[in-house]
Amino acid sequence: MSMNKKTMFTYGGLALFGILGPMLFPQYTLSIAYLWMMVLMASTWDTLGGQMGYNSLGNITFFGVGMYVSAIVQISFFYDGGVGEYTSAMGSIKPEFTAAEYFWGLGLGILAAGIVGLALSLVFSSFMFGLRGPYFAIGSLGLAIAVAEVTITIDYVGGASGISMPLFPGDIEFRSTFFYILCFAFTIVSHFLLRWLYSTQFGLAANAIRDDEDKAEAMGIPTLAYKRIGWAIAAFFMGCIGAVAGNMAGFIDKEVAYPIPTFGIFMVAMALLGGKGTLWGPVLGAIIFHVVKEATWTYLLNLQWVALGLILIINIVYFQQGIMGWLKTKYPELFGIVVDTSNIADDDEKEVAR
Amino acid sequence: MWDNLQLLFVWAPIINVQIILDGIFVGAVFALSAYGLALVWGVMNIKNLAQGDFVIMGGYLAFALHQLQVPLVLILLIVMPLMFIFGWIIYIVMIRRILDQDMFVSLLATFGLSLLLQQVINLIFGPEVQTIDMEMPVYDAFDNMVTVPSSKIITLVLAALIAVAVVVFMKRSRAGQAIRATAQDPRAARVLGIDIDRVYAFTFAFNAALCGAAGVLVSIIWVIQPFYGITYSVRSFAIVTAAGLGNLPAVIGAGFGIGLFEKYTGTILGTAYEVAAPVTILLLVLIYRQFQMRRNRQVVR
Repeated sequence: MSMNKKTMFTYGGLALFGILGPMLFPQYTLSIAYLWMMVLMASTWDTLGGQMGYNSLGNITFFGVGMYVSAIVQISFFYDGGVGEYTSAMGSIKPEFTAAEYFWGLGLGILAAGIVGLALSLVFSSFMFGLRGPYFAIGSLGLAIAVAEVTITIDYVGGASGISMPLFPGDIEFRSTFFYILCFAFTIVSHFLLRWLYSTQFGLAANAIRDDEDKAEAMGIPTLAYKRIGWAIAAFFMGCIGAVAGNMAGFIDKEVAYPIPTFGIFMVAMALLGGKGTLWGPVLGAIIFHVVKEATWTYLLNLQWVALGLILIINIVYFQQGIMGWLKTKYPELFGIVVDTSNIADDDEKEVAR
Repeated sequence: MWDNLQLLFVWAPIINVQIILDGIFVGAVFALSAYGLALVWGVMNIKNLAQGDFVIMGGYLAFALHQLQVPLVLILLIVMPLMFIFGWIIYIVMIRRILDQDMFVSLLATFGLSLLLQQVINLIFGPEVQTIDMEMPVYDAFDNMVTVPSSKIITLVLAALIAVAVVVFMKRSRAGQAIRATAQDPRAARVLGIDIDRVYAFTFAFNAALCGAAGVLVSIIWVIQPFYGITYSVRSFAIVTAAGLGNLPAVIGAGFGIGLFEKYTGTILGTAYEVAAPVTILLLVLIYRQFQMRRNRQVVR
């Protein structure tokens, strides 16, 4: 993994911001945690959506499933009555977890969430990858809605009234710092995993699938296996971060676990805003999107959602290339693309001579 | 669930008649919006995820007009042109710019439109569930086991009339011919002097008008709510995926099929599953189509 100076500076700057940000502005700790979460979502969406051309609108499914799985694990491991009793009490039971119990439960819950998300994506890929283009997008959106609707009919996990998560053993500042570190760590791990992955044969195969899947298959690339791996990685990280988000929120129900119109679409919009199919596009898009959203959200009152729809439309209809694409055409030198203008000059001279 | 099955097939089989009738009533409405989607999809290759929100918008326009004491037939005649104009404006502002883009762009852009419409309707009318009460007589049969409000019958007749009008329009009129010619081969149509841009604009606006009509009917026989749109979009996609593009009889058949499926799931499994039902059927259709195509080593595209 070789890096040039510019990349080193970028990483240095981001790391500095990641470490100093919550120290200097403690009141924004959770907001920056959500920023990293969104970077993770957009980046993992891009694995399938940008690099392979399989535009999923249903990655949020794994987020919600991870949330519920971690809740079940955390409660059932250290509460004797079981999950059913806990949820049917509607939050009136507040079991006292010791710190050790809580952190063990959380760790196991996050791990279980990731693994269940991964397994679920493998199940989905057995019947989803025969769909192309819009059918895949609509099908995955359908999956997300169906899973969300089925979840709220299961009384074991609280049905429509939701579950309140175990209380954090510690004061509120330690709590936000702890979850901040979790979000930051997951984002770093996912980013470097994807960075390494794109530099291997996986990246080449993924782009071949995006450009022409039939030809890629004819060249002997096991396309289905690559697509499965791509979705499984996204699903694993979405499951893990879902578990973290559930504990951050403290209470989970359908709206928190399956935010299809918000996070489900945000991650796609952010990847498109930054420029899909690049490593840095989703990161840049997520940062800009989150900063703009946080800065304007409170001033918009009831018009927030209207503004959101407008941003989506304007972004997609008028700026399809994303910021990275725009930069690439505007300043190709930054990306190491050499534009050969000598021929143009020659042609001009010939034109004059004629 | 077992109790419900017994109720249906052992104790009171006559309830089946009620469910089938209800399924037909709602299926007719689904068929209208699905046909609009098939038209836009087939002619200009736009997958309109805001389809359901057009339906809900039509419903709310009808609701607003009903508050002003406008009679039913007039409501339909006012809402359809209004939605037609709205569709034309949407075409000029956004659809024209994404026509030659890849398919996902149209999907996502119309999803943005769908969010926007939901929220604007929510701001204007509030999130309550609304319906138009026509205060018309209700017919019953089999000792009150089966009830049929006359408003539902009127709705069915209206839906049938609109469907017939659409078929005749597409087959006979010059505009209909131009639309079909453009769907077959846009370049040849342009060479023969058809203004493609106007045909596209007309098709999209026509679709909006059809959705508006469906919305009026929905607001009469059912309930409307700003956020119900997505289920209508999903239903339309399920119907079109099952029936194929530009095949009106199949679209109507699939519409009735989905109506029946939903009503039966709602009755047997409980109303909690009524939203999941159209989504499930969409997934089933997509999976079935994949296996169908896999036999010929092909994919659904």
